[in-house]
Amino acid sequence: MSLEFLVASAVGLMTAAGIYLTLRGRTFSVVLGIAMLSYAINAFLFSVGRLIVNAPPIYAKGVTEYADPLPQALVLTAIVISFGMTALVVVLALRTYLETGTDHVNGTPDAGETPSDSEGDV
Amino acid sequence: MTHLIIAPILVPAIIGALTLLRTARHTLLGRGLSLGSTIVQVAAALALFAEASTGTIRTYALGGWAAPFGVVIVLDRLSAMMLLLTGLLALGVLVHAVLTGLDRRGWHFHPLFQFQLLGLNGAFLTGDLFNLFVFFEVLLIASYGLMLHGQGGARLQAGMQYVIVNLVGSTLFLIAAGILYGVTGTLNMADLALRIGAAPPGDQPLIRVGAQLLIAVFALKAALLPLHLWLPRTYANTSAPVAALFAILTKVGVYSILRLTTLAFGENAGAVAWAPAGWMLPAALLSLLAGFLGVLAARRLRLLAAFGVIGSTGTLLSAIALFEPDATAAALYYLPHSTLSGALLFLVADTIGRARKREDDRLEPDRPFAGMGQLSLLFLLSAIALAGLPPFSGFIGKLLILTAAEGSAAAPWIWAAILIGTFLALFGLAWAGTMLFWKTTAEEELASSSWRKAATIPAWGVFFLLAALTVFAGPATRYAEATAQQLFAPEAYVAAVLGPEGSGR
Repeated sequence: MSLEFLVASAVGLMTAAGIYLTLRGRTFSVVLGIAMLSYAINAFLFSVGRLIVNAPPIYAKGVTEYADPLPQALVLTAIVISFGMTALVVVLALRTYLETGTDHVNGTPDAGETPSDSEGDV
Repeated sequence: MTHLIIAPILVPAIIGALTLLRTARHTLLGRGLSLGSTIVQVAAALALFAEASTGTIRTYALGGWAAPFGVVIVLDRLSAMMLLLTGLLALGVLVHAVLTGLDRRGWHFHPLFQFQLLGLNGAFLTGDLFNLFVFFEVLLIASYGLMLHGQGGARLQAGMQYVIVNLVGSTLFLIAAGILYGVTGTLNMADLALRIGAAPPGDQPLIRVGAQLLIAVFALKAALLPLHLWLPRTYANTSAPVAALFAILTKVGVYSILRLTTLAFGENAGAVAWAPAGWMLPAALLSLLAGFLGVLAARRLRLLAAFGVIGSTGTLLSAIALFEPDATAAALYYLPHSTLSGALLFLVADTIGRARKREDDRLEPDRPFAGMGQLSLLFLLSAIALAGLPPFSGFIGKLLILTAAEGSAAAPWIWAAILIGTFLALFGLAWAGTMLFWKTTAEEELASSSWRKAATIPAWGVFFLLAALTVFAGPATRYAEATAQQLFAPEAYVAAVLGPEGSGR
């Protein structure tokens, strides 16, 4: 199996899992889904500069093939932003749960579950 | 003067950080800094506007790294217009927030407000695709904070949905930027335009995918049907002045669609040419109708204003989706009107809600309240502006759009949608006014009311901006036409960014 196939299938699987989890009804799985999506994006952005091994990034004497340094800078930016956003969404989800008593994304608890007795779930 | 172009990005960044300091929190110092910074931004935007209106395109290479390797910021007519609009709207909203004491209901109103302006100004100025993503994130992060400012259960729940939707949107933005970079090897928008035009046929399907994804992300920000579902709940549940500022957030999406489509996905782009044109017009017409139907159905004034924002952005995009200079000029005249009229209704809704107290802004009969006369006049004026009736700029804008659409094949659809939409808006707003001001439950006036006369000053200010847009419709339409011509001749933009030799490649 080639390196390209492995990276591509990893990106695809993580994206699929991320989309599935993001579409769930409870904030916890949504947060996990968003984290999963951002992993997929980081791997994808990294591979955008083509998968090259043993090539210098900027300049070396007598070398014609270079690795692209820019995607790594992009990935770093994306990691910082997605890390911050995940932290924010975790705090926001927790705060929403504590304030409204339900961890449903649309704010309506399941049938048979009252907002006050869902405290033991987390 | 050469460094003035960076002022709209630097000033809010520095002042925003200063207002974080402990001594500036909840004191007059913080308010003064924030107000001063916004006034400086308006002044800088005015100077830049004067410069851009001569038709020059000015670029500024950050750190002295020349394009296409470094990040450039670019000022043309469209950017200057958006900067000025942002500054004026922000000033009105900030004065309203200070007068009503909203900025004291949480710790970090002023820093968040300044960082919001930083993100907006940066997004309008940048000439680099990834930098656009970064500024989108800055403005979104600040908007999360502002949206949640003041807190409360309903606001947190709406905020949760708003954050999740926008995080998924940012993810798509990154995928699109990654695809475009992977295929063309550049992130500079001007360079991107050249390379997309010269791309081999084998690469074009991928570029097409990247372009459509990118435009879809911008459509999400612009709340285009069916990506509009996040907007009503968010705007109706945040505090009204913040919602008024958010009226410009949908316009960031519109701006990005216009900028990238005319520049990179325009007629020189081969198979990618006018990629979004196929689906954008039906989507825009449907969101126009959905928005104004929502105006008719809303039972709270702020929800009504939120649907009004969807409707008027839909009107705007239905003109832009034709992607030809006349219609774009009409849209560019309608854009400031759409922003200001949406914001005005939110400000008026806030003042009415404060004056009524018991029923807040729910559209149900209540006792008469203090300041009813002035507020009903303000509501009447803002309703006329939002519905787009004469004599205000909305009418002129819609007339321009209808005239520009005359020659297109979709003209009957556009005419029908805009006229039906206007009728629905008129009906909904008239009903809301009746509930608020005519149907009163008792004779005696509501005794204790937090209404203050000064609180209507910002709303009047925004209204006078609309009036100025109407009175000076001649110069404004000439500016809009020149902007549209500049947009549809992207060669000048490319030459300004890459230099005469770079653009010849």
